[in-house]
Amino acid sequence: MGSALVVAVVKYGLLALLWVFILLAVRTIRTDLWGRAAKPALPTAPTAQTAPPVRAGKPAKPLKPTKGKGVARKLVVTEGALQGTTVTLAAAPVTLGRAHDSTLVLTDDYASNKHARLVPTADGWTLEDLGSTNGTYLGGSKVSRPTAVPLGTAIRIGKTVMELRP
Amino acid sequence: MTAPTLPGRTRRGTELTLLVFATTLATVGYAAVGIAKTGTLPSGTLGYGLGLGALYGLAHLAVRRFAPYADPLILPCVALLNGLGIVLVRRLDLAAADSARQAGKLAPRADAPLQLMWTTIGVGLFVAVLVVIRDHTRLSRYAYTAAATGLVLLLLPAVPGVGATINGARLWIRVGPITLQPSELAKILLMVFFASFLVSKRDVLSLASRRVWGLDLPRARDLGPVLLAWAASIAVLVRENDLGSSLLFFGIFVVMLYIATERTSWLLIGLGLFAGSSFVAYRLFGHVRSRVDTWLDPFADPSGQGYQLVQGLFGMGTGGIFGTGLGEGAPNTVPFAKTDFILAAIGEELGLVGVMAVLMLFALIVERGLRTALTCRDSFGKLLAGGLSFALALQVFVIVGGVTGLIPLTGVTLPWLSYGGSSVVSNYVLIALLLRISDAARRPAPAPVSPAAARATLQDAQTTVVRR
Repeated sequence: MGSALVVAVVKYGLLALLWVFILLAVRTIRTDLWGRAAKPALPTAPTAQTAPPVRAGKPAKPLKPTKGKGVARKLVVTEGALQGTTVTLAAAPVTLGRAHDSTLVLTDDYASNKHARLVPTADGWTLEDLGSTNGTYLGGSKVSRPTAVPLGTAIRIGKTVMELRP
Repeated sequence: MTAPTLPGRTRRGTELTLLVFATTLATVGYAAVGIAKTGTLPSGTLGYGLGLGALYGLAHLAVRRFAPYADPLILPCVALLNGLGIVLVRRLDLAAADSARQAGKLAPRADAPLQLMWTTIGVGLFVAVLVVIRDHTRLSRYAYTAAATGLVLLLLPAVPGVGATINGARLWIRVGPITLQPSELAKILLMVFFASFLVSKRDVLSLASRRVWGLDLPRARDLGPVLLAWAASIAVLVRENDLGSSLLFFGIFVVMLYIATERTSWLLIGLGLFAGSSFVAYRLFGHVRSRVDTWLDPFADPSGQGYQLVQGLFGMGTGGIFGTGLGEGAPNTVPFAKTDFILAAIGEELGLVGVMAVLMLFALIVERGLRTALTCRDSFGKLLAGGLSFALALQVFVIVGGVTGLIPLTGVTLPWLSYGGSSVVSNYVLIALLLRISDAARRPAPAPVSPAAARATLQDAQTTVVRR
């Protein structure tokens, strides 16, 4: 029976295609999280590119054997109401505060409207307090003038804690 | 179409590839039904594929133009589910026509073309939402308008003259020749209101509390909104005989309260209220009691009360692991196979493997939605995205659980798969909102005017530079 064969091929083929679609979709999630495997590494961050992937939320220590080095690609909120929020960093300054036009709008009673700003420099990002009421803390010490931010160091504004990640 | 250089990764190419794949899969399914029925490729296959492709092509172009950073997975998954849904509805149409011919009767109305029409309207509204709503935070300004409209839509079926009772539930309105289920759209409008309301009240709701036995209990006066939502859902249940919508509304509100305040106590209060009202409803309403009894023992009355559930279970049992193949089973023996029991049809013809694939697709959509909520930069967007994704998850759970006998059956649609205009259209609106929020969440921080200007900003960093 030729037609029975055709029907069987169509039947199992359809199920197989369904699952191929799902596998493709899951692969997309993976590349979305970690980037493509064969992506050309940027000159300053060879370790970050080849490092094994880490689950989001866990401390990112295996990602950077050379602590604080490498190119920051995102700003991740690790504590506070916005926990889990990620800002992809481009070449533009990132403003932090309660003002609605801030890059990261903080919903934090202890934050000022224009609280602080992260500015890109030739070798990393610089944190600058914009005259906030309650201050900005970098790794436990108050920021009084523009300070370079190493990767993975906690930036604290009110109850919100964030850090730069590769 | 788009600006040639968008910073960061938009992943629109991935979306296009997956969309083409999804359309192809749906077309293969369409062909499979015809091959099984007549042994030849059905004549409409090319037309169906091209039509579906054109629709999703349009949706893709709209996303590319108006939400370039939106999540690349959500739309293809929806497209696949919807395409499969139309195939299944057509397959059930053919079965109904067959059995009518055998009985010497006139073939009933074919629903698949109507479903395709509703899909077209849905995609149209999807594009419209993306075009009109450029910034989801603006929605919060219309919170009370949304709430009022939502409530009116919810209560409309109870109005004599407008409302219509179909299959014992009064949740329909009749507009000319078509009937609509306004609660589907009301659900989305009310979620917009909940999100906006909870963002403004979250501090009161989460901070002012007493600790009792290690649990943060809210103050009595802050219980107001949750009690109101509870009362409203009970009102829907009593007035409109609609268990499913009532359960959905209450669940969505409780979970959004939980997301906003991060207090487990809200979940426990919600579960308590739910348990209490379920018990009372079981005692008071005959239709609730019969649903629960059927769930506890569907085989007690297999040709009466339990007929639908039993037929559905037998259908899925017949399907086994790989199913009978599209067009080879007899899913039309289950009453309402096109709407509530479409999962039984999938289970019979595509088997466990197919059912799991469909559930995976829903899981992927929900996962992407929750991820959007997690990465979104403003609280309103977070809450709305969380609520929308949870609403989808809860709806799938309620109907899949009902059909498989895990929980008592309540009639809600399986999003995009079930036949039903209101459901398809409003779920496209839901997805458009989710994509709008994910576009904002995945968009990189705004680009500078020029590298030189950025450098100038840096050199003047000690003096005040306010970038607007």
